[in-house]
Formats: sequence, C-alpha cells, structure tokens
Amino acid sequence: MELKVVGHRVKRYDGLAHVSGETRFVDDVIIPGTLTVKALRSPVSKGLVRGLDTSAAEAMPGVAGVITAADVPCNAYGMVPEQPVLVAEAIRYKGEPIAAVAAVDEDTALEAVTRIRLDIEEQEPVLDPLEAMKPDAPKVRPEGNVYMYGQRPFRQIVFGDVQTGFKEADLIVENEYFHPSMEHAQLEPQVSLAVPEASGRLTIHTVSQALYFHLGMLCGILQMEPNDIRCQAWAARTGSAWRHNAGFSDLNLAGGTVGGGFGAKNDLHADHVTALLALKTGRPCKWRWTREEEQLYSTYRGAWRMTIKDGVKKDGRIVARQMKSIRDAGSYTSLNAYVVDKHCFLAAGPYFIPNVYVQGYCVYTNKPPASSMRGFGVTPTTFATEVQMNRIAAELGLDPWEIRFRNAFRLGELTPTGRVVSSAALVEVLQKLAAQAGVDLPADLKALTSARKGEAS
Amino acid sequence: MKKKGIGLAAGFYPSGMSGGGDSSQALVKIQPDGSAVLTVGSCDIGQGCKTVLAQMAAEVLGLDYRLVKVVNSSTDLCPLSMGTFASRVTYVDGNAVILAAQDAKRILLEAAAGLLEAAPEDLVLAEGRISVKGSPDKTKTIGEVAGAATFGMRKLIVGLGHYMRDPSHPDPETGACDPFATLAWSATLAEVEVDTETGQVDLLRLVTSYDVGRAINPLLAEGQIQGGAAMGVGAAFSEDLHPYYPSLDFQPTNLGDYAIPTSLDVPDVESVIHECPSSHGPFGAKGIGEMTANCPAPAIVNAIYDAVGVWIHELPASPERVLRALEEQGKS
Repeated sequence: MELKVVGHRVKRYDGLAHVSGETRFVDDVIIPGTLTVKALRSPVSKGLVRGLDTSAAEAMPGVAGVITAADVPCNAYGMVPEQPVLVAEAIRYKGEPIAAVAAVDEDTALEAVTRIRLDIEEQEPVLDPLEAMKPDAPKVRPEGNVYMYGQRPFRQIVFGDVQTGFKEADLIVENEYFHPSMEHAQLEPQVSLAVPEASGRLTIHTVSQALYFHLGMLCGILQMEPNDIRCQAWAARTGSAWRHNAGFSDLNLAGGTVGGGFGAKNDLHADHVTALLALKTGRPCKWRWTREEEQLYSTYRGAWRMTIKDGVKKDGRIVARQMKSIRDAGSYTSLNAYVVDKHCFLAAGPYFIPNVYVQGYCVYTNKPPASSMRGFGVTPTTFATEVQMNRIAAELGLDPWEIRFRNAFRLGELTPTGRVVSSAALVEVLQKLAAQAGVDLPADLKALTSARKGEAS
Repeated sequence: MKKKGIGLAAGFYPSGMSGGGDSSQALVKIQPDGSAVLTVGSCDIGQGCKTVLAQMAAEVLGLDYRLVKVVNSSTDLCPLSMGTFASRVTYVDGNAVILAAQDAKRILLEAAAGLLEAAPEDLVLAEGRISVKGSPDKTKTIGEVAGAATFGMRKLIVGLGHYMRDPSHPDPETGACDPFATLAWSATLAEVEVDTETGQVDLLRLVTSYDVGRAINPLLAEGQIQGGAAMGVGAAFSEDLHPYYPSLDFQPTNLGDYAIPTSLDVPDVESVIHECPSSHGPFGAKGIGEMTANCPAPAIVNAIYDAVGVWIHELPASPERVLRALEEQGKS
C-alpha cells in the first residue's frame, strides 16, 4: 500500500515555534504572586541530622513558608519507595535536600536558607562501589549496599554453560572496561511551578518526561486521596508509589513540552517540593535549579565497571561470554535496578553466543542517586563489548568486519534470555555501512543475509 | 606525528520498557469540519514525537497531516502514558495512535454509510474523501461526513486506543524472559587522526547505519542520529561527571568545565537508514532514540587503536589518557 504521509519528510509539528522562540516552556509560565523556592542541601556526603531550627528563617520578612521532613505526608518515594523528599535524619549524599524555603524573591530565599540552623553528625561516606560491596563497609542504607534481585545480590543471566564453552575455545580473551558517570546536560534544568487552586486542587507546571509516572508518585507523597490511609500502612500494602491510584484528579501535571531530557526528567527532582510549599503557603511556588545544582545534584548516568571473559574459536566465533558488571547507583534505587536489568538482558551484544553468563550488580554509594540516561545500561555495554570485539579480532588476526559478520544474530536465534530474534538486520546494516563508507567487503561477507543460517533469505 | 585510523562498532536496542507492561493510550477526536485532534500523554522532549504521531493518525484517517492537532499538555486532558523514555514513544504510542485512528475511522465510515447508501465495508477513505468502491461519483469529504454525523446524527466522533505489551518477568535463576518488543540494529564507522605527541584525537569522519524498522519521518530519524552521534562523541572524548572517580573532587559545575561537544567537534554525520520492519511496530517502525548514542564511542576507541596501536579501556579518551596509554604501552 502506498503511504501518503508516513515515511515522508514532513516539517516538524513544533519546529517553527521552537526556532522562533515562541514555544512556552515551564520557566516561561508567569503567574503573579509566585514565590521563589530555594533548598538547604546537605554539606556532607553522609551524616545524621542532630538539630534543625528553621525559626529564624521563618521569621524573616518576605519568607512565606519553610518545609522540613515533618511537612511531608509520605516521605518515601521511588520505584522502590525509599527516597525521602527531605532528609529526616540520615543524610546519604552531599547536596541532599533537608529543608526548603519559599520567599518573595530569590535574594530573600537564599538569605533565609543561610539562617536555618543545622547540626550534623558527620559520618564516613563510602564512594567506591568496590569498597561498598565489602561486608564491613559503612552502610549507605540500612538494608545493605547492594540491591537484592530476589535472594541474589546481582541479576543473573544463565544461557547454555560458559564453562563448557571455555573448554571448547581456542583462545580466552579477558579485559576490564570502565564507563564514567555522565551528565545529561540537557538545556532546560529542573524547573517546577506549583499553583494551588481555590478548590484545593493543585496544578504543577512540570518538566517531567513521564507525566503519569510522576502523577502517581506525587499522589503517594502528598497523600492526596479521599480516605485517610496512613503512609506506612499504604507503602507496605502496595510496595510501590506507582500503584497508588487514588487522588489523580486532585493533581494536574501540566507539561508535555520539555526542553531536553535524555533521561534527566524521569525522576522527581522539584515537583514534590514546590507542591508541598504551595500547599503550605497557599501561593504559587517556583523552583528553578541552577546549572550548578543540575550538575552536582540531579540524576546522571552512573559509572560502570565491566569485566568480560570470552572463549573464542580461531575462526572468530565466540563460544562463551562471561560478564561481571558493577553499576555505581549512588544513594537511592531510582531507576538503577531497571538500568542494571536492561544492561544484563543486552550485555552480551548483538551476537549469537551459545554460552553466556552475566552478573549485574547495582551498588549503593554516598553519591547523588544515579538513574536513567539515554541508552540506560546498554550504552556502557556497547562500549565494552565492541572494544572487546576488536581486541579479539586483533588477537586472532581477523578483520573487525569479519568477526562481527560471523557472530551477528540471524533470524530465529536466541538471545541470552531465551528470546527468539525476529526482524534481524545487523548483517544488512553492516553491509550498508560498508557501502556508504566506501569499504569493499570480501564477496563472502557481501553475500551473507540475516536469514537463518543455512537458509536463503 | 599524526596517524590516522578507522574503527567499527555495532549494536542493538529494544523499543519500549524491557520487561513490557508499559502502557500508552491515545484519543482521536474528529472535529465537525473533518480536522482531527490527537491527544496523548507522552511528552515531546525535542525528539519530535508530535510530528510522527500526527503523521500516523493522518495516514490512517486519510487526512492532510496539517489538519491533525496534537495535544499532550496535561494529565487532566490527556490519556495515560508511562512516559517518554526507553525509546518507546514511536513504537508504543504509535500503536495506540493507530488503534485510536482506526476506531475514529470506523465511526466515520458508519456515519458515511448512511449518507452514501452503502455498507461501511464498501467505502474507501483516502485523501480527505470517503467514496463508494467502484462508484467514484458517490463521494463526500470527511468534513461533510463529520458535520452530518455531529449535527445530524448527534454523534461525538472519538476513537480510542490503548497499547501495552504483556509484562515478562525474568526467571530468578536464569534471567530467562521475553523482555523486548522488537530489536533495532546499528553500526558505526569512525575515522580519527591521533597526534602522538599531544594525545589529541581529531574525529575526521563518522558514518552510521541504522535499522529503524520504518522511518516514519526520515528527517526526524536523521535528527535523532545526528544528536545521538554528538552525545556519543562527547562520551568518547570529553564527558566525565566525576573526573577523580570515585571521589567527588573537582566535579564540573558548569557547561564550560563539563564539555559537551559543539558543532565544531562533530563532523557531518553520514547516515544510512535501513528498514527491516517489525511485524508489530506501527507501520513497521522501531524506536531509535537511544541507540544512536551507543556506537560512536567504541568506534572511536577502535579507530584510535587502528591509528596508534593502543587500547583505551576507560572513557573518555582524553588527550591525557591517550598520551598515558601511548607511554605505558610503549608506542609513543
């Protein structure tokens, strides 16, 4: 069937508005009487709050309200509901919010933050995941420093038998790779504007990439539900803020047009704080993070340490791949457990390998929480496995093209989770790359297809 | 001395959340004049989903793309979406939009059947008109049908769509599961020039090849490829949030110290799009938003080896790190 518009290079729906500056982002929403929000953040990576006195800040002219953990109806959120909106006692990272101020202007809000009296008992942080994994390491969280996948401290993927594969191999190639932490560096930082309505409802202008995801979380934090179920009882019953589904109509998340995300806005950063201050003051409250806050305290791609041990045949076929990957998750689970899962499912790369064993660890340290970033856990494994492919080729004296063609998934083969590969196209994608790059492939590689091995396409 | 080298990398990436279970809904309302309003809960984070979703709705409804308005502005107005991440919007929302547009089309054809005195299955909808098969003179515009349905038949023409892949949970022992909706494939070639005295690496050429299932809008697919390439170049050469890892010391606090590539750092990206349709993707499409950032860095690192014979095992491949590798591996 001939398609009339799908597949055509039509102009961007919102292109003209974007390039002419007409698009209205959250920071462009101006509501008279809006208060400016600033946060008191922890100066230390780990410690206990021993004293917190906000009275001098609250007494300042121009300050409309100050919130602390005591003002948060349910002070635990996230995929695993564990992250506090504001620290009650245990500080787990430098920059963690402890209190927030709403004032008539930015100068007053900043001044008020300095007048909050904070006593901290500083503790020894653990910043290196390898240290955090040791049994006697200081605890980032009371539950332990490693996320538990069921009974195991790692996600395990078992496909075939790697030991048998290593015995069949002509050569073992083992290397370690490191992918650093990365910042999304999206242009629009975290911004939130919460506007209370006379009805008691709240509209939050948000930069969220995931409106409904955050709607559920905010309903859980604010306990905006018709009946009065106490937070602890509710959390134990459902196990997740997302499952809370009462009170959606009490909150309106207004957004949908986001000034860059790359995963930076899949976690709540500011909306819960502005919502609480708006409910407390009865006035619109806006929090716009500075670039420095964004760099230092927002979520980011956590660092990865990956070890790969491959068993290979002389012709370049990989017959066994064993991987151990350690994700530095920072101080809270956020989306890290999912990031590690995705990493493990795809860790062995776009190749059919008959024997695969993957261990993926999600380790807590006293850094700000890492979370999602474009490519989730696949970006680091693509780096590791693709450099590894060239190392194998170099050791065997093979061409880097050939080793990829030899191992590329074909239709009907199984991934390490036992998933059948359909719509396979790596062979064709490589052939088209070679053609575009002016690389003249040998005739046997040019003739390959993604059809099942031994079958014509 | 300056030495040139070529490097290769390949990859694959799923569309939608790994493990499934992530919903998107869509709602297509046909206005009394025959134009359409498409409502979805996913955000446009710059990637252009409003454009491709409007294209899909327009295709199903036989409408001019410019007559489809897209609303995604709030949870009060818009139906459920898990969000804009996991390369999921083109695939998951796209399928929901097709279902919603087909639903609206069914209502339109039922209304037209009465007006044109023909069975709905004997009608064709194309280029803004509904006509009786074999009788091209028995025809009405979508606007005429929508107006008659609204004011004459007291109808509200709204099509609804909900798409979700069933959840698949990994086996706790083996990890066995069916986590992916569909897989897209990629390969990248990089050519670099390494200055062996300074460790400076210049990226001379970046060629990419992507399977996108079907490019709903090739212009926007190329935009994703260009943007992802820039992010990959940043990962390869300059971006490190914790330069003294695992310590937090000297963490960059601004975009001067945390150097993302500028247009001067990224060569013109040559991109080839391959279309190997997914049997369940919308019009065959797969998501490519994220995978475009994955291959450039390993391709560049492999090109550095090809040029000067040293392996870089830690990103970024900064001049300091390349120079150290040259010294340690005895190639300088």
